[in-house]
Amino acid sequence: MEKITCKKCKKTINENDFYQNLKVCPKCGFHDIMNARERILSTADMGSFVEFAENITSVDFLNFYDLKSYNERLSEAKQKSGLNEAIITGEATIKGIRTSICVMDFNFMGGSMGSVVGEKIKIAVENSISKKIPLIIFTASGGARMQEGIISLMQMAKTVSCINRLKENNIPYFCVITHPTTGGVSASFATIADIIITEPGALFCFAGPRVVEQTIKKEIPQDFGLAQRNLKNGQVDIIAQRKEINEVLALLLSLFTGQIPKEENKI
Amino acid sequence: MEVDKIKNLPKSFLKDSLKSIFKIEKLKRITGFTGVHFNDAEKKLAQKIENYRHVEREALKTWRIVQLSRDEKRPHTPDYINGIFEDFIQLSGDRLGMDDKSIITGLGRLDGRTVAVIGHNKGKDIKERVEFNFGSSMPQGYRKAMRIMEIAQRFGFPVITFIDTPGAYPALEAEDSGQAGAIAKSICTMFSLTVPTITVLIGEGGSGGALALAIGNYVMMLENSTYSVISPEGCASILWRDSSVARLASRALKLTSRDLFKLGVIDKIIYEPAGGAHNNPERMIRIVRSYLKNTLKKFCSSKDFDFKKHRAQKYEAMGFVNLTDRQKV
Repeated sequence: MEKITCKKCKKTINENDFYQNLKVCPKCGFHDIMNARERILSTADMGSFVEFAENITSVDFLNFYDLKSYNERLSEAKQKSGLNEAIITGEATIKGIRTSICVMDFNFMGGSMGSVVGEKIKIAVENSISKKIPLIIFTASGGARMQEGIISLMQMAKTVSCINRLKENNIPYFCVITHPTTGGVSASFATIADIIITEPGALFCFAGPRVVEQTIKKEIPQDFGLAQRNLKNGQVDIIAQRKEINEVLALLLSLFTGQIPKEENKI
Repeated sequence: MEVDKIKNLPKSFLKDSLKSIFKIEKLKRITGFTGVHFNDAEKKLAQKIENYRHVEREALKTWRIVQLSRDEKRPHTPDYINGIFEDFIQLSGDRLGMDDKSIITGLGRLDGRTVAVIGHNKGKDIKERVEFNFGSSMPQGYRKAMRIMEIAQRFGFPVITFIDTPGAYPALEAEDSGQAGAIAKSICTMFSLTVPTITVLIGEGGSGGALALAIGNYVMMLENSTYSVISPEGCASILWRDSSVARLASRALKLTSRDLFKLGVIDKIIYEPAGGAHNNPERMIRIVRSYLKNTLKKFCSSKDFDFKKHRAQKYEAMGFVNLTDRQKV
């Protein structure tokens, strides 16, 4: 059996146990970053996920070039993550209750929000409004995508406007904050959810720890922006362990929609 | 000498340019020995150096605008408020425990109509600047703004906002009291207003802190102001890993009024007096006043216009994606 080392407690663990435990260290409870596909597998009912608009891709409309060109960075990200963009959107059932679902993937350019992320969230919101089903978004993002300049800032406005329409239609919207969620994503659609759930140890803040440290020129507390501190400060509703998230979401969906959750076989 | 021409280039260009120079010299030496000419290759290498110099020249031009937008002598929000509105009364406090002075809110009259006014305040001297965090707001500032927006909504006052901030304040207490949530909520509140909103970018438009107050049915921008997703310094230190090349980042980010107009993010460029707004503040304020007056008149005379829907449609249409493979949902 393959042995691996936990990134946090540095203890040796069985690879099998680690994956069985949904990429959570069985010894210290460290939640490793999960990619979007794994997240869908662990959350949605088996085979229920239908993906929308998977082929929308980004355009380098600014001809952005830093040390590499944006196009180069995009194709590297596609290879690294196996995805076309930093988010996948679709529809699925959780314990039999139908919902729109979006999952962001940190492996694709740090989960940054560009035009495509904005457009796909719009598609998910419109799906929720037309079918009157709830919306769940899993966030993991470093913020807005600098390579799209001001247009990436406008995606904050775009997504908030979409969520605002969702709210006016009285459609429940839950957000699950996973590590890390910062910048433009935390200051737009993530924080205006009806219910905010966070994984233990997830960083959730606007300005990152390094920026804050540079500004106030003092050392910041160890738990800056982390789940426990956010709960204490009233920024989130619930901290849920990764293996509980499915249960929590099913419960919330059932409370908001009045449907009874059904137990189903899952992987 | 070739090397003199490139010695001011940023580090990331310098290495490549030097290599090109050495290669050209090498080719020339070979030509000297053998009599074989490499004109094409030499031209290509020279072109490469010229491209770098061109980028550097453009970057310096943009950087000049960034510096102008931050100029302390530029008229700030209080100057515009004093020069534009009659009967202005300043309102304070978020009613939740704080008054953030980096945002000015109040009610006033323009052209006989009552309007709600919200704007970032950088402060006029060093003492004020420190007190107002140089125009960087705490969550409480946005909450105060939202309070005034709600008043405007209930009484049907148009909302006018002035944007001039380096960004939201990145401090521990700001994070603890919900900076991200306050910005998101402020954007959301602006989207749910049924009264017209007009935004004027008068200096720095720094990321989320600016956007929180900048959801306008009509967005105007002074010629030498900037509006960007991240400060050029921040962008340079993340993408170039070198904050000294901020000028390159400022060029790449396309943050000037002309670029933003081309991208459709703003509706109007307001040209400044020669040399910049700080050369003739009175004239600048008069120009902004007349644009605000005209826009307000136009908006207030169109009674059946759905301002809320207009704002949602305008912002939801923003973004460039490759739709060729878009599937039907």
